[in-house]
Amino acid sequence: MVQDNGKEETLALKLRVWRQRRGQPGAFEEHALAAVPTSASFLEMMDMLNEQLIKAGKDTFAFDHDCREGICGMCSMTINGMPHGPLPGVTTCQLHMRNFRDGETITVEPWRARAFPVLKDMIVDRSGFDKVIQSGGFITVRTGSAPEANNIPVPKPIADEAMDAAECIGCGACVASCKNGSAMLFVGAKINHLNILPQGQAERDRRTLAMVKTMDEAGFGNCTNYGECQAHCPKSITLDVIAKLNRDYLRARVKEFFSSTGKPSKGGD
Amino acid sequence: MNLDSKTPAGPLADKWNNHKAKLRLVNPANRRKYHVIVVGSGLAGSAAAASFAEMGYEVSCFCYQDSPRRAHSIAAQGGINAAKNYQNDGDSVRRLFQDTIKGGDYRAREANVYRLAQVSASIIDQCVAQGVPFAREYGGLLANRSFGGAQVSRTFYARGQTGQQLLIGAYSALSRQIGLGTVKMYTRHEMLDLVLVDGKAKGIVTRDLVTGAVESWSSDVVVVCTGGYGNVFYLSTNAQGCNVTATFRAHRRGAGFANPCYTQIHPTCIPVHGEDQSKLTLMSESLRNDGRVWVPKNKADSAKPASEVPEEARDYFLERKYPSYGNLAPRDIASRAAKEVCDEGRGVGQVVDGKRLGVYLDFSAAIKRLGEPEIRARYGNLFDMYENITGESAYKQPMRIFPAVHYTMGGLWVDYNLQSNIPGLFVGGEANFSDHGANRLGASALMQGLADGYFVLPYTVTDFLAGEKSGSRPSTEAPEFKAVTKDVNDRVAKLLSINGTKSPRYYHKALGKITWEKCGMARDKAGLEGAIRDLQALRKDFWENVKVVGSGDALAPELERAGRVADFLDFGIMMCLDALTREESCGGHFRTEFQDAGEAKRDDAQYAHAAVWEWTGEGQLPARHVEPLVYEETQLSTRSYK
Repeated sequence: MVQDNGKEETLALKLRVWRQRRGQPGAFEEHALAAVPTSASFLEMMDMLNEQLIKAGKDTFAFDHDCREGICGMCSMTINGMPHGPLPGVTTCQLHMRNFRDGETITVEPWRARAFPVLKDMIVDRSGFDKVIQSGGFITVRTGSAPEANNIPVPKPIADEAMDAAECIGCGACVASCKNGSAMLFVGAKINHLNILPQGQAERDRRTLAMVKTMDEAGFGNCTNYGECQAHCPKSITLDVIAKLNRDYLRARVKEFFSSTGKPSKGGD
Repeated sequence: MNLDSKTPAGPLADKWNNHKAKLRLVNPANRRKYHVIVVGSGLAGSAAAASFAEMGYEVSCFCYQDSPRRAHSIAAQGGINAAKNYQNDGDSVRRLFQDTIKGGDYRAREANVYRLAQVSASIIDQCVAQGVPFAREYGGLLANRSFGGAQVSRTFYARGQTGQQLLIGAYSALSRQIGLGTVKMYTRHEMLDLVLVDGKAKGIVTRDLVTGAVESWSSDVVVVCTGGYGNVFYLSTNAQGCNVTATFRAHRRGAGFANPCYTQIHPTCIPVHGEDQSKLTLMSESLRNDGRVWVPKNKADSAKPASEVPEEARDYFLERKYPSYGNLAPRDIASRAAKEVCDEGRGVGQVVDGKRLGVYLDFSAAIKRLGEPEIRARYGNLFDMYENITGESAYKQPMRIFPAVHYTMGGLWVDYNLQSNIPGLFVGGEANFSDHGANRLGASALMQGLADGYFVLPYTVTDFLAGEKSGSRPSTEAPEFKAVTKDVNDRVAKLLSINGTKSPRYYHKALGKITWEKCGMARDKAGLEGAIRDLQALRKDFWENVKVVGSGDALAPELERAGRVADFLDFGIMMCLDALTREESCGGHFRTEFQDAGEAKRDDAQYAHAAVWEWTGEGQLPARHVEPLVYEETQLSTRSYK
């Protein structure tokens, strides 16, 4: 922000930042950082800290980041105890320093969740999310086998609802904010994206059962309706996707139970 | 250097079908015996890897991110073109082809562009079947909009997140194959070199970014889909990790690099705010459908808030200069017009380096006409993003925008089969050079990435594999692999050992300052010659004084950055050299010496060719070769959007 005298407003900050090597215990380090412009993004502030460390010949803090425009889902910091920081509906890269005060102490740490082990400093392993998608988060369509696009009309309200859910960027803030380390907002969003579309019906039950099974195996906890995930989701995905996930899971289990084959299920067939 | 384009004979409309009918096939039972390496997991890479695996090949896919879903294709906002003609407004394959080749200022290969237009419709079918939630009409059918200088509505979109939704579609197809075990996915792996055996690409060397392990991988064919080189300008709309290393390393092993000077400057980005800025944020150019671009007529009004500049004192310069296209003039033209008015001192917004570099994008007329709710429905997420970054509401005051580097049309040279001049090295998506000429039209990048990945590479790579004996790929114990692995290890050790005083980011910024000022929106001979000298000095300084903290056997972001910056330094020199030797203006390449009252002046007699650069050795300038562009059915005309 530019002040009346034409100069940019800056902050002096105290930073408590998590330092950890893979497989070893971690600890906070304290650093002072001066002259942080309020127009800088949070990650640009971290860049400034790292440049200061390089000048002093020390190792930098490692953190995940890539697009820096709030869409890739790579950035993942817990800032003052809140995944993606204090501003609702934004990722860390879209958080700007004008939201902090001069002289403030800011605590920066990684996602805290059993299913997301720390690889270094603020970088965690989120491959559990990929495994969930690999088990069923898709509509099977081989390249070249698709019918003409307008042969599948999708009512606009359904398309809009699917799009709302599909906005999930897979960052993991839902898991990091949940005291159970639950991934049900993430899984619910994908289920809600694919299960309500006409194209997604053929694999609906199979998808739901497989994704929930993999979610459990990957070490994610269950939902007990705290609602922290919704509060910290940078894409404002709402809790109703979890209700719909539960509904579809129940539906699939009941159908499986009453299926006429009498044969045991193989992962939701 | 063999630059045979292998363009098939016959009329344009029949080339691809005739060619496909002649391409060789691999028996389904034999496909699993071939190993295909795909580097990069964006639209082209994910689509190709999934398609190869569905066909039955053994596939390994590599990306530097922690998940293939994060590749930078995800950031594309506006949409994807396809010649479906759902709007009954006169679109056709021929027209999409003509628009694309004209938009590229007649510097693309005609047959490739025609094929792109031909397969565009299948892409939409594929994506809809995957569950991509495209915008719909109330009747349930697909909606379209007009985009980026097109006079028909052929753009399909998913709110302002089309790239994200298409990538998630491709990622889900890829994930399905990973789950089935047919694709082995290596995340947080960076390709650091290409391995050639008997002149053919037979593998790669990577660094595991978590453990630091340098490993080599052998394959029957290598497909590189690693995106563009926009980060050579330091500030760009690219993701932080986007880099030229994979393609530049392939170039150093003999692959020709075509037209590196063709870079696209996007007109609607948020202006630069200060020294510590790390990236520029694009606002989708769909905003230009409803926003009006203006600056004050008088310099004296530049410092005033927009609300204090009366209507009659505003210069809607795009509407004035290009009445038939107005605010929708193509990207290069709109960008240059914005630069001109700012150079005249009529720019608005914050003063950076003594200049106001911004123009207004004003929605007040559209809000009056359509109402705020409608504008919110169309652009809500973009307005929110703008407010997050600038702290200003575009519902209440005009946005400020300025051009920024966005896309790079140049890339590794490929023939009609998307194969480079190194047999067995295929290149897809933004990483190749062939389809966009000197300027890319809006909503065409997503189309090209998916066209290459889903509908071109599966055919052409199969044809190559049919000529390779199954099971003949070399062992990674072969001397060629050992030698390249040693080169990579030596380079990593060298970077860590210099222990100088300046950070890799310092060099990246210095590089960006030179390239943006001398090889950005406007270029001239003296500036480019100076830039090459400056870059050579900067490269020397880098290899003497860079300080890389961290260790080689662990996660080391500064080491990653240093390696990428080192390649960008070499690459930047080649880019400036390409701009220097192309003595004409075309598309995104604007040489101030070659203009007609501000409009680009092409020289078709001398420069209707692709310039292809050959690596000649460390510290040497690369050698220039040409592939003449033959236009069989296109009449070259002066691009006019007036």
